[in-house]
Amino acid sequence: MSSIEHDRYLLEGLAAQNKATVEQLYKEHYKMVQSMVVNNNGSADDAADVFQEMMIVLYQKVKPGNFELQCQLKTFVYSVARRLWLKKLQQQQRFSSDSDHLEDIVNVEEEVEYHIKKQDEFTIMDIAMSKIGEPCKSLLQAYYLEKKHMNEIAAFFGYTNADNAKTQKYKCLVRLKKLFFAQYKNEE
Amino acid sequence: MMEDILLIDAAERFAKGEMSHEEKIYFEDLRKNNAELDQAVVEQIFFLNQLEDYSTTTNFKALLNEVEDNLIKEKFIVKPSVASKGMIVQLWNKYKKTIAVAASIAGIVSLFIATVVSNSTKGDKNINLLVGKLNDQEIKTRRIENKLNLLEAAAPIIIKPKLDAKFRATGFMIDVTNNYVVTNAHVIKEASHNLIIENIKGDQFTANAVYVNIANDIAILKITDSSFKKLSALPYSIRKSGVELGEQIFMLGYPKQEIVYGEGYVSAKNGYRMDTVFCQLSTSANEGNSGSPVITKNGDLVGIITSTETNAAGVVFAIKSANIFPAIDEVKKLKNNEKIKISSSPALKGLDRVSQVKKMENYVFMIKGN
Repeated sequence: MSSIEHDRYLLEGLAAQNKATVEQLYKEHYKMVQSMVVNNNGSADDAADVFQEMMIVLYQKVKPGNFELQCQLKTFVYSVARRLWLKKLQQQQRFSSDSDHLEDIVNVEEEVEYHIKKQDEFTIMDIAMSKIGEPCKSLLQAYYLEKKHMNEIAAFFGYTNADNAKTQKYKCLVRLKKLFFAQYKNEE
Repeated sequence: MMEDILLIDAAERFAKGEMSHEEKIYFEDLRKNNAELDQAVVEQIFFLNQLEDYSTTTNFKALLNEVEDNLIKEKFIVKPSVASKGMIVQLWNKYKKTIAVAASIAGIVSLFIATVVSNSTKGDKNINLLVGKLNDQEIKTRRIENKLNLLEAAAPIIIKPKLDAKFRATGFMIDVTNNYVVTNAHVIKEASHNLIIENIKGDQFTANAVYVNIANDIAILKITDSSFKKLSALPYSIRKSGVELGEQIFMLGYPKQEIVYGEGYVSAKNGYRMDTVFCQLSTSANEGNSGSPVITKNGDLVGIITSTETNAAGVVFAIKSANIFPAIDEVKKLKNNEKIKISSSPALKGLDRVSQVKKMENYVFMIKGN
């Protein structure tokens, strides 16, 4: 398998949230990201955080299914991780701007900005989720996160039938939506 | 409500492509002829996409954590290990990274936060826990991990006449019927063995942590000591809404072995970008002030002192009082719907400051522990 095919294979697995693929990506790229972070004022914990965030950026790229890698995966991974780490350093003023040195790697500014926007949205939803209370939270999580079937949910939460559970789910969704937009519109 | 449900149902089936051909045509026609409905559908679909993204990201993060944990076990990833500690400390450590970032004006300046718990054991490494790296992403993580940590099973506390305290902080009464006291979660984590409260007269009473929310930095203690004499209704009311810019405030706390009065004003409605849990005060607070009540001149309790910014004098952060209510709700649940009523009398309103402080000081306690 050529390295291009290998990378493409890994990205397909990543898009499907395949555990073995995620592990493979860690094995192939973690050490590189770690030394970049550790050699630039970071700790082992920082490295783990940066790597996870890089994985999320990568996942966001491959999830829609039309991502064409323009360089080696390794280069992309390194560029994103570096960009993320520089951002963190700048926020902590541990490091002055390093943009001069950024020219030699792939430009991932857009990806990172998009990721930050998504992360904001994620946070807003997460707060909304934490505010709706029970049983709404568990019910919505069972349906949207765990993808459980309505019959199963009805049985688990003690509703007499799937229709009752469904009505309850809608009510919860309306509440979640209100909470979400209350914050979301604030942000804009 | 009913219309909302119908709309959600329609939009969800439309987005998932579950509508029949005829229904779809009818639905699209409705949207074309009704701008308001169309707007609502667009919003609903946007919201459902957000929820879908949220779900996949949450699942993906869980997967990443699982893989990372495995690789740590395999020693492929090496992280500095955390020594085994008591349950509260472990919980604390689990979240400390996200709490350490409780204040930052992200991307502009980085702030270093010092907690205002006084540690009499110098060099205790726990004191560094809140001094940390701050950045934008992590603040969000802190809020993402807005999980409730219930510590009902906190170890029973043994009465010790003269407690050799390791730290000192402040707390205040919120429920005189059940003797619940509010303080900061970061105060509680300092106590690995005993927790006591001390009133203005210096009498000590044992207490238990019944609820700890590390993300919001709120803890609720129950005075378990039978010798504690019930107090009359709270002289202050706990405000449910936020704070107003410029509002004059005062506080009572224990930055030293005796109660100390301080005053100031609200300098910002929110603590940090995006973070509405906190507000910013212009006043002075010292070690030991953590958990101090922040009161307005009319006797509204509006906040709980949490932290200061070490490289900017006079900047103090407080948790907004509205966050106390969800904490109480959790305690209610935990205690099988125990009746917790925050009954207050407007005892402080219209009084001069000296009388206000006199009335209040019985409700503010020193929190000690080891």
